[in-house]
Amino acid sequence: MRSLGELLAADSSREAWLPMLEVATREVFELMLGCQLGVSSPEEVIPDVTAMVGMAGQLCGVLSVRCSGKAAALMTSKMLGVELDKVGPEMSDALGEVCNMVAGNFKNKIAGLAEGCMLSPPTVITGSDYSLHSLADSPLEVRFLFEGIPIVISLQVHT
Amino acid sequence: MPIRALIVDDSSVMRKIVERSLRQAGIDLSKVFEAGNGAEALAALQESPVDLILCDINMPVMDGLEFIKQLAGVANAKDVPVVMITTEGSESHVVEALSHGARGYIRKPFTPEQVKEHVVPVLGGKS
Repeated sequence: MRSLGELLAADSSREAWLPMLEVATREVFELMLGCQLGVSSPEEVIPDVTAMVGMAGQLCGVLSVRCSGKAAALMTSKMLGVELDKVGPEMSDALGEVCNMVAGNFKNKIAGLAEGCMLSPPTVITGSDYSLHSLADSPLEVRFLFEGIPIVISLQVHT
Repeated sequence: MPIRALIVDDSSVMRKIVERSLRQAGIDLSKVFEAGNGAEALAALQESPVDLILCDINMPVMDGLEFIKQLAGVANAKDVPVVMITTEGSESHVVEALSHGARGYIRKPFTPEQVKEHVVPVLGGKS
């Protein structure tokens, strides 16, 4: 029987995580924002806002949520139940919490990982003129339409 | 009977969501206090008695597990029911929280119905 660490290192296992990452994301949006995510979009997302949560332990990596400022503001509006034009600086906190909940929900779906993986506090980058370098392998990505706006959830895993 | 609640989370957005969920769950809130970590929560309890505490686990300065350990030494708050609300879903966290006196454990993401399910029983008919 392979250890959790060996399973985590196997490409075949990581491919199997895609549906779990998708379900983990959908649940957060359904339960906390009260909305269904649309089918994945082939559109390239030029992110104005990127939220990241580090994962350390039996799984090491970074989970990120990338979206436009409009999408982030709309998420905040739905999470707090306020009008879109009333959304202010709490937008970063809200997107960070979305990212945190997706990461937590995802790890709780993988047997043994809830115990063996810790999450960092969220970090949020505003702006699009940056590049992200990671020691991780090629990321697992799921793409959705949130109220018609593309968003990308990405999991980069260190092996 | 309206209750006074203390919501402890390092995210101000999450504190607002928890308050909103309590109201959506039909909990009658007379006053809501907020704290960004366990240390702030202990300080708030010295000033303001409450009937219910909802507390995150992963927070800076003092996390939720340390908070409930120290709560046992706070004379006017040691019997206040605490419900943890957290992304941490591990069995060990649940066991540790419950062993230190937490009365409920809600995993994020959550619905107002789940909040009601875990909070109403610990209020003992107060709300």
